[in-house]
Amino acid sequence: MLRVISLLAFLAIWWIASLAAGEQMLPAPPTVLAAIIAEARSGALFFHLGMTLARVGLAFTLAMTLGTALGYLMGRVRTADRLGDPWLILLLNLPALVVIVLAYIWAGLTEAAAIAAIAINKLPNAIVTVREGTRALDPKLDEMAAVFAFPRWKAFRHVVVPQLAPYIAATARSGLALVWKIVLVAELLGRPNGVGFEIGVAFQLFDITRILAYALAFAAVVLAIETLLVQPLERHASRWRQRAA
Amino acid sequence: MHPAGGNALLEVEIERKAFVSAAGGALDVLRDIRFALDPGEVGVFVGPSGCGKTTMLRIVAGLDPDYRGRVVLPPGARIGMVFQEPRLLPWRSVDDNVRLAAPDADEATLSALFSILELTAHRAHYPDELSLGLARRVALARAFAIRPDILILDEPLVSLDAALAAKLRDEIAALVDSRPVTTLLVTHDTDSAARLGDRIFLLSPRPAHVLAEVPVRTPRGARTADDIASIQADMARTLSAA
Repeated sequence: MLRVISLLAFLAIWWIASLAAGEQMLPAPPTVLAAIIAEARSGALFFHLGMTLARVGLAFTLAMTLGTALGYLMGRVRTADRLGDPWLILLLNLPALVVIVLAYIWAGLTEAAAIAAIAINKLPNAIVTVREGTRALDPKLDEMAAVFAFPRWKAFRHVVVPQLAPYIAATARSGLALVWKIVLVAELLGRPNGVGFEIGVAFQLFDITRILAYALAFAAVVLAIETLLVQPLERHASRWRQRAA
Repeated sequence: MHPAGGNALLEVEIERKAFVSAAGGALDVLRDIRFALDPGEVGVFVGPSGCGKTTMLRIVAGLDPDYRGRVVLPPGARIGMVFQEPRLLPWRSVDDNVRLAAPDADEATLSALFSILELTAHRAHYPDELSLGLARRVALARAFAIRPDILILDEPLVSLDAALAAKLRDEIAALVDSRPVTTLLVTHDTDSAARLGDRIFLLSPRPAHVLAEVPVRTPRGARTADDIASIQADMARTLSAA
């Protein structure tokens, strides 16, 4: 209920701002809605949304899988941490734009280059968070698993993963937001479709309505993913925590 | 009675165990701890807090390989351990905590165990919903469920109120009598030592070594209040003599 009120407040502020600034600078919600419907009717909206979403999905999965594995390794093995840390600092401080431009120059304007570049941008963030989580693992529970001779896989699944889950959830959340911001830049610079490409075209025509239509449509998709997928998963993973009645 | 022969189940000879202190020097924790337990014997170790009892148990459990000496267990011996804190997995239910440690235990064994420890109503609960006394019982259930060859109990009654501690002590006695299991129990409470032990070892302050073994003549089930008082008096006499 509070979420709905908060969303309505956002719409109201937008509308008032649009009245103050004029349709030219900031189109009112109905204008943008009409544009979304028109794009949806022609099928262009779903095509571009689908392309962007596919890139987000691939790059996100790649970065999370690799980042979790490397973060766990660096959290557990001191040598790996020493070796990996300088690379990590380099990657963390490399601007997204540099990675994307270099990837396009070296690998051509290809799908693989785009997805790799996006994944590389998210990767260090996932590594750092999961490494923190791994360092915070409770050695007392490791000892318990050792005394009771838990097989390796069982210890990982029932002792380690539940402790890492909040860290993985946190990095997944911030990662989804990060990846979808970067994917637009990658599309703008070197892909012939996707939300970023469409916004690039709209920018050249100063078509603010279309920019907003695509941005909001995609934000709505992200909101839906968050509400329908991320939050229920998180609730399931933390069902053992005591909540206030 | 004393295991001079080769039929001891557990033999412990720890010559020396030291930790590196924060200042950099070596701090001796254990020195010359030697004992052996026959199959099914309950060995109780009584010593002042901080004397290194937990360190000794960790060495026997194989958690700390950094010591001089040897610990001989039967090959493939199953070890059930109750740590000072319950060390349950907070994200798994009571039932799952026990089943994960003991995947081979059948439902009949488990329900019997849960009923002895009065945990039947709590099987679906998560550890955070339990009091310390209940969580200790779950840890006990977990240790017994694996049908251990060696049972290690680290101060299982500490920080429980007297009535609850007495109840849990009786439950432990019932469990070790229901299936003979070689047991190491560490405590600083002479009363539980006198009630539970087949053999009672007194440990010195740090660096800990075995000061003396207090003779126990009556079997656990047959001990009267007088027997227990006399064992406790023996322990006090031995301690003041040392």
